[in-house]
Amino acid sequence: MSVYLLIFIEFFKTGLFAIGGGLATLPFLFALSEKYGWYSAQQLTNMIAVSESTPGPIGVNVATYCGFTVSGVFGALLATLSLVLPSFLIITIIAGILKNFGSSKTVNNIFYGLRPAVLGLIIVAVTSIFRITFINEGASSFLQMIDPLKAAVFVFILFLVLKYKRHPILYIILGAAFGIMFSF
Amino acid sequence: MKELFELYLSFFKIGLFTFGGGYAMIPMLEREIVTKRKWATLEELMNYFAISQCTPGVIAVNTATFTGYKRKGVLGGLFATLGVITPSIIIICLLAGILNAFSDNIYVKRAFAGISVAVCALMVSAIIKLFKAGVKDAFALTVALIALILALFFKVSNIIIVIAAGILGCIYKVITEKRKNSCGSSGKEGEK
Repeated sequence: MSVYLLIFIEFFKTGLFAIGGGLATLPFLFALSEKYGWYSAQQLTNMIAVSESTPGPIGVNVATYCGFTVSGVFGALLATLSLVLPSFLIITIIAGILKNFGSSKTVNNIFYGLRPAVLGLIIVAVTSIFRITFINEGASSFLQMIDPLKAAVFVFILFLVLKYKRHPILYIILGAAFGIMFSF
Repeated sequence: MKELFELYLSFFKIGLFTFGGGYAMIPMLEREIVTKRKWATLEELMNYFAISQCTPGVIAVNTATFTGYKRKGVLGGLFATLGVITPSIIIICLLAGILNAFSDNIYVKRAFAGISVAVCALMVSAIIKLFKAGVKDAFALTVALIALILALFFKVSNIIIVIAAGILGCIYKVITEKRKNSCGSSGKEGEK
């Protein structure tokens, strides 16, 4: 199958099933990296960082970046348009026909189960990010698998994030500075 | 035609000035849509936003489609949607081209290794927020754990988990409500 058709199908599916905002796209994008090898998990983590530091909704940014990495500007356009197409169709139907969609009992019931499940899936995606960030695959012993310096930087940045709640870009710049300073 | 162009332009601005999307875009939306253009009241806007959270896809894009549709039908939805994604496409393509070209540079590699650590911290904070918002009872906690285990250890597809969880939520709610109705005031169980 042509790569463009695959991009269309996969990002359409992501847009259709990623419910609850941008972060919900991450489990699907990690699955894509495993399935097709279009980009590595490390690359995807870099894309997340860039998408958090640039304007625009994170889901759109990551999709654009993924599409670009797979096949340039055309891939970026195709991935992004495929991602937003399902919600465009659904919203148009809802706005036009289903006036009471938001207060519908069935919708609320569906979301009662859906929201926590999506959270579970996001946590799984984040474990992938943790694995590629902290686990040194080539280590000879269990103790050498995790770089203590990295772990310390993580705890420090997490403390700042939870305490000060500033813009993500500040923490990303801080992370880059630590990475260069300590030769991660 | 003029209003279609205005829809495109307004949502272009919203896309350009919101970082991260989601709730971060509400102040910007309010200023453009409610105060400046008077396309919707704040209450209507919050309604669009709430529905956008319960529909598939990126919340910012959904809100744009909704607002555009309410103003000018399908074409309005289309122009607003294209408007909100245009800045991302331009900025990310420029940056991605530059970053992918330098990805073998040792300093860029080290910087990104450090950035990964920061992303981990940001993700933990995002998960804490989502947990507080979405997991309020034992049922939700159980569903979250089951979804996590199925995806992490059994590699069950995300799509199947999402669909199953929606169905499960429906069934659970219907059963607990039935029980509540038949038991009268003793129907408090199942809520905690």
